[in-house]
Amino acid sequence: MTAPLTSLDRPNSYIGRSVPRPNAKRLLAGRGRYVTDVKLPRMLHAAFLRSPHAHAQITSIDFERARALDGVHLVATGADLAKICSPWTGTLDHFKGMISEPQLPLPLERVVWAGQAVVAVVAESRALAEDALELITVHYEELPAVVALDQAREPGTPLVNPESHSNLCFRSQLDSGGVDDAFARAAHVVEEEFSFGRHTPVTLEPRAIIADHDPEAGTLTVHHATQTPYQFQDLYSRHFGIPESRVRVIAPDIGGSFGMKLHVYHEDMAVVGLSILLRRPVKFVADRIESFVSDIHARDHRVRARMALDENGDILAMDVHDVTAIGAFSTYPRTSVVEGNQVIRLIGAPYRFKNYRAVLEVIFQHKVQTSQYRAVGHPIACAVTERMVDLAAARTGRDPFDIRAQNLIADDAYPLTSPTGYKFEALSHQACLQRLRDMMNDDALRAEQTTLRARGIHRGIGIASFVEITNPGPAFYGVGGARISSQDGATISLTPTGEVRCAISVTEQGQGTEAIVSQIVADQLGIAQEHVKVVTGDTEVTPHGGATWACRGAGIGGETALQAARVLKANILQIAALVLQEQPAALDIEDSTIVDAATRLQRLPVAEIARIVYFRSDTLPPGTQAQFTVSHHFAPQGYPFAFTNGIQGCHLEVDVETGFIKLLKHFVVEDCGRIINPMLVDEQMRGGVVQGLGAALFEECRYGDTGQLLNGSLADYLVPMAMEMPDIVIDHLETPTQDTVLGAKGCGEAGTAAASACVLNAVNDALAPFGVSINAIPITPARVLKALGRF
Amino acid sequence: MSVTGTSFGSGDADETVRVRFMVNGRKTVCEVAPRDTLLDCLRDRLELTGTHAGCEMGTCAACLVQLDGRAVHACLMFAVQADGARIDTIEGLTESGAIADLQAEFHRRNALQCGFCTPGMLISAHELLSHNAVPSRETIRDALSGNYCRCTGYEAIVDAIAAVAAARAARKTRDHSS
Repeated sequence: MTAPLTSLDRPNSYIGRSVPRPNAKRLLAGRGRYVTDVKLPRMLHAAFLRSPHAHAQITSIDFERARALDGVHLVATGADLAKICSPWTGTLDHFKGMISEPQLPLPLERVVWAGQAVVAVVAESRALAEDALELITVHYEELPAVVALDQAREPGTPLVNPESHSNLCFRSQLDSGGVDDAFARAAHVVEEEFSFGRHTPVTLEPRAIIADHDPEAGTLTVHHATQTPYQFQDLYSRHFGIPESRVRVIAPDIGGSFGMKLHVYHEDMAVVGLSILLRRPVKFVADRIESFVSDIHARDHRVRARMALDENGDILAMDVHDVTAIGAFSTYPRTSVVEGNQVIRLIGAPYRFKNYRAVLEVIFQHKVQTSQYRAVGHPIACAVTERMVDLAAARTGRDPFDIRAQNLIADDAYPLTSPTGYKFEALSHQACLQRLRDMMNDDALRAEQTTLRARGIHRGIGIASFVEITNPGPAFYGVGGARISSQDGATISLTPTGEVRCAISVTEQGQGTEAIVSQIVADQLGIAQEHVKVVTGDTEVTPHGGATWACRGAGIGGETALQAARVLKANILQIAALVLQEQPAALDIEDSTIVDAATRLQRLPVAEIARIVYFRSDTLPPGTQAQFTVSHHFAPQGYPFAFTNGIQGCHLEVDVETGFIKLLKHFVVEDCGRIINPMLVDEQMRGGVVQGLGAALFEECRYGDTGQLLNGSLADYLVPMAMEMPDIVIDHLETPTQDTVLGAKGCGEAGTAAASACVLNAVNDALAPFGVSINAIPITPARVLKALGRF
Repeated sequence: MSVTGTSFGSGDADETVRVRFMVNGRKTVCEVAPRDTLLDCLRDRLELTGTHAGCEMGTCAACLVQLDGRAVHACLMFAVQADGARIDTIEGLTESGAIADLQAEFHRRNALQCGFCTPGMLISAHELLSHNAVPSRETIRDALSGNYCRCTGYEAIVDAIAAVAAARAARKTRDHSS
């Protein structure tokens, strides 16, 4: 489906145009201002002594020598910070029955993962603080560590949470009914068990925070590398007992986040506490080694799946069981069960079948916490579904494109509700499938595959359809009691020179939030984009809002900007009508000029209206009060989420001698509704795909038996680099949501959602002549050789 | 809790050494601790914060600077080792205009997102084009294989560098033929 023409499609509209990001030039010149770069007067530096054990009792801490070191201002332990910071618990009400241990900035008695911060030192410099750490001795009594998933589930295994009866954090079940019947009458049943490795976001800028408590003013200012400043304003206020209006969180340039920088980290809460204790600014920047053992990890799922088909190759039902291990407690405030919850709800989502059953078990273990990272749950759901579809294709003798054409939901079948309860407004799976087939030139690739196989060259083709959750409403977190907003707010002003300033609660991490907001505002107001200044990332400056997470910047933030701009435009035209003695409806704005709405004849520069309002209000009719600053909020209504869809394809070559996989080309067709800036959408896709390819081939946090992370450095943990990555061909369909004027949905997760699924299918396609298959991600050379019986 | 006095003292690790070098075309003198890396010195002492710390072990290249005209990891050498050298950072290369065409093309193609890797990417690209005027895409990818970017997926960066190489080559041909 292609979007119907609306007022947004007029010639020269900024919406739909690939304009470069106005704020990117600073970054290219080395003028970015990241939290890492910020220095405040009298600022001190924190460093943390971390636990070498995955599970241990702290018997004593000897820090006298550290305290005595010149330049050290404070040594603090769990007890010191517990006096000023109330504990937090990472559960939400709508996840019935879930449990998690309350957390404090630093532990009082027990450490629960290797790398957990135990003692804080604050000193004149980071180097001095680290010197002091070496003078601290913590005596531990080591306790048995629960490391592997199976071990955590064994009866009689040590308990991670001593208050509970097992290591189960949360269990959930979905059942549409009719599943057993469907399997009983199935002509074909395919089954597989999958494992998905733990990986971690590895933002290039590590976590960084500066807390600055001013006891005289009663204020707390936190420069925080985060996506969600308002969430942290609320958390710091509540956990440290400072009125919300006295807490300011500033998120300047952020060196990547991908979900990682919106969770509560113990060190961040500790740094706020340290600043309160010292009454001075305190800075902490995680170094890379610390990042690996303390940033959230993600994934780590094991999924058993069955799929039933009838004799015609129609999918009848799926039955899945997902077990995931999340570390020693659930992350705050978004929990660690959302990923599993999305896995079981997204499995099968592109397909027409009605009978679905799923069980989710979320398990505690002695590792660092897992939580939301780009495309939460999507890559697992997609890989399971799409591999099952390929297995079904092989079983029934169908081509992968054909079986999907047969089973994907028809594009005219909407609206409809999935067996897992998701309400789809309008998706375009079939059109995307056809577009991908044309784009990949599948027949030619198959012919080439056959020819090359004869020469011992093994190429594979893999495709994967996906659904992406975007524009989340309060059903996501709000209903569970989390103080995480699903609405956004903007304050937009016409300045005295006729320019526009828009302070909006969505935030920028490089995806282009500020660029698209300025495009929308410029478009709606009829003002050139270079005359629109967008301000983000400061709770003191913009209204409260959800900010940027789960794909909401364009869809919700964009609509907020659009509506705010329309209100301001009405206010401008009202004054222009008074000045020109016209009706407001007879006027419009074009190129910063008031024009006749019908004839487009230029009447008066907007700057002249602004001049009159700000400096010569005496010339306006008595009683006129111009409102050239407008604050406006938008909360999504209608569908609880705006789902998007798409399909990806992967062409690769497997070296069956070495197990190495060469990615040849990657293809994406996706539908994120109204596209505001095609270039930025493409770049979101490419970046997302590459994160998915990293997961598919390289990335895995490897642990030893005692719970030590074995590859926690950038030399040992493999991330995708330029040399291994393919060129990525992208095409779009546009099915706008009717829930907003703008019609935009999100696109940030789509690339990651299906990339690893395509690779899994393509590798298995390449290996098909050998009669072996792979069901684990990442697909390392060792796994390939093992499957081939050569390792 | 234990609060100590604020007396500031320095052990051996903090006894400073004077380093003299040419930073971004200016004679610069800096007092550094022997253990300070060139990265520490540039960022903390000289406030040249365009050079970034990503891994502090030479694997991500966020800290690349030019030392005597060659790209080096500022995190992998001590500041004292740069004594007498010529250092050019992203700030200096921007001011001199040496990489203006690369910066413009990166901007035009949105070959950056968060921007944290970008100064290092530009310095790698600058070095590549200084000894290989028209590199293939494969060569460009190879030259960037030590620069980690989590945001872009690399393709737009490769495109931008290839476009600049082509434009520079075309300009050279034009200048020769005119």
